Amino acid sequence: MGMTMTQKILAAHAGLEKVEAGQLIEANLDLVLGNDITSPVAIKEMEKMKVDGVFDKDKIALVPDHFVPNKDIKSAEHCKCVREFAYRNEITNYFEVGEMGIEHALLPEKGLTVAGDVIIGADSHTCTYGALGAFSTGVGSTDMAAGMATGKAWFKVPSAIKFNLVGKPSEWVSGKDVILHIIGMIGVDGALYKSMEFVGDGVKNLTMDDRFTIANMAIEAGGKNGIFPVDELAIAYMKEHSDRTYTVYEADEDAVYDEEYTIDLSTLRPTIAFPHLPENTKTIDEIKEDIKIDQVVIGSCTNGRIDDMRIAAKVLKGRHVAKGMRCIVIPATQAIYMQAMEEGLLKTFIEAGAVVSTPTCGPCLGGYMGILAQGERCVSTTNRNFVGRMGHVESEIYLASPAVAAASAITGKISCPCQLN
Amino acid sequence: MKAAKGTVFKYGDNVDTDVIIPARYLNSSDPAELATHCMEDIDKDFIKKVSKGDIIVATKNFGCGSSREHAPIAIKAAGVSCVIAETFARIFYRNAINIGLPIIECPEAAQGIDAGDTVEVNFDTGVITDVTKGTTYQGQAFPEFMQKIIAAEGLVNYINQK
Repeated sequence: MGMTMTQKILAAHAGLEKVEAGQLIEANLDLVLGNDITSPVAIKEMEKMKVDGVFDKDKIALVPDHFVPNKDIKSAEHCKCVREFAYRNEITNYFEVGEMGIEHALLPEKGLTVAGDVIIGADSHTCTYGALGAFSTGVGSTDMAAGMATGKAWFKVPSAIKFNLVGKPSEWVSGKDVILHIIGMIGVDGALYKSMEFVGDGVKNLTMDDRFTIANMAIEAGGKNGIFPVDELAIAYMKEHSDRTYTVYEADEDAVYDEEYTIDLSTLRPTIAFPHLPENTKTIDEIKEDIKIDQVVIGSCTNGRIDDMRIAAKVLKGRHVAKGMRCIVIPATQAIYMQAMEEGLLKTFIEAGAVVSTPTCGPCLGGYMGILAQGERCVSTTNRNFVGRMGHVESEIYLASPAVAAASAITGKISCPCQLN
Repeated sequence: MKAAKGTVFKYGDNVDTDVIIPARYLNSSDPAELATHCMEDIDKDFIKKVSKGDIIVATKNFGCGSSREHAPIAIKAAGVSCVIAETFARIFYRNAINIGLPIIECPEAAQGIDAGDTVEVNFDTGVITDVTKGTTYQGQAFPEFMQKIIAAEGLVNYINQK
């Protein structure tokens, strides 16, 4: 019986020739990540441990991104705690405001995540790095603490679901539509405890940013990780961003999967997840009534990358957001912000009546920078539309791609760019 | 190992960590403060009604969403002695064990037990007893190492004791 991509990476990091689903292993970690919400709890836990310091100051990434620039005194105290810990332990990869970005956009861009790595992060969207062929998964603060102290974590080896992607997405269909389609198909616990392995000829028709978006939302199907094979595009990305050595693991031909799905990307349509679960999906064609919108958010670890900015700008160019609409655009990192500026995208956003913020997770989790009032509706390129996620418990979030979000900002109702004049 | 006994608060599928502890309170990491907002967005009376030892019962995918350890911390600090569910989201599962909040998967119990029932859980055997209804269920008993982590009130204490 062969191994999946994920199982091979885990076996190599546990010093084992072979692992199988269900086996408990202890694996060496290439990177341990935390943010300003989860790290303070981890730091407090680590200080209770009888250890001298961190296992490797180069293999820890601390990224204050959720409530920065600080939204209030308590968040400032949390960031101060993380900053002081980083300085005290001489953490190489601590990113201050001005250098930081949303963690899951920032780390690949900084070359800290490459194929074959095992990465844990105290943030559920740590699964993003599977786009580069790494095993990465979200954990809590105590696991982060143990990881920082020992450089190891225990895992139950996951079984896998195989998604065979074929064909090419049509215009206005992006990675976000692919993953929302999949979550709509298998449900928010459809991949519970499992790997989601995305393979097939269609992968070559997805940009790296599409793949980051897809891997990022594996957790929204309950997945332990999402992972892509390493092709020329992924190698080119890693060479551009990293000088680290990467290792390519391919699934064995006789690897065992719990389920297999084939998805023809050419048949997918712009897809929207209705409140209050990411599995409540409808295609744009299935929405018959007008759904009026008060706010649009374009950004986050899911869709704040340069492709996303370009698509949004393409839709907003020469147009204006609807009267009364708040359209908030948040490039995910300083580099993306700069690139968007150089390409004139920020000018397009501002001329269209949108606001542009420095990198932050803020509105996605109802932190700040776009909280919803009672009864308000938001089309958001973020990843969760749970009750109260972005504000009042009686507000509503519709998850969509940057193309749909930008078009909806213009019309004031859920729309696709194909419906614009 | 100790057992849990208490009154049941019952919830449905996909109780996410955003409703367990909304992010607007994540500027604190103090367990007592987090507990005062526990379950606020799904059941605003929870914190008024909950007593030490009470039990949460839910159906599928309890604790889905964000990895915030603040969620099991808030539940534990609110006095809850055990969470029973059909299934748990994987990060919540790890976090609960790591901070020493007993959790147990048992689809039959999750279906059969109702809000307000008095329920007893034996962690050694995995037996769940609905005292009100006089029914028993066999949940998955904790492996020994997980029992030890819970008995030590969390992974860190457990590591330190070793």
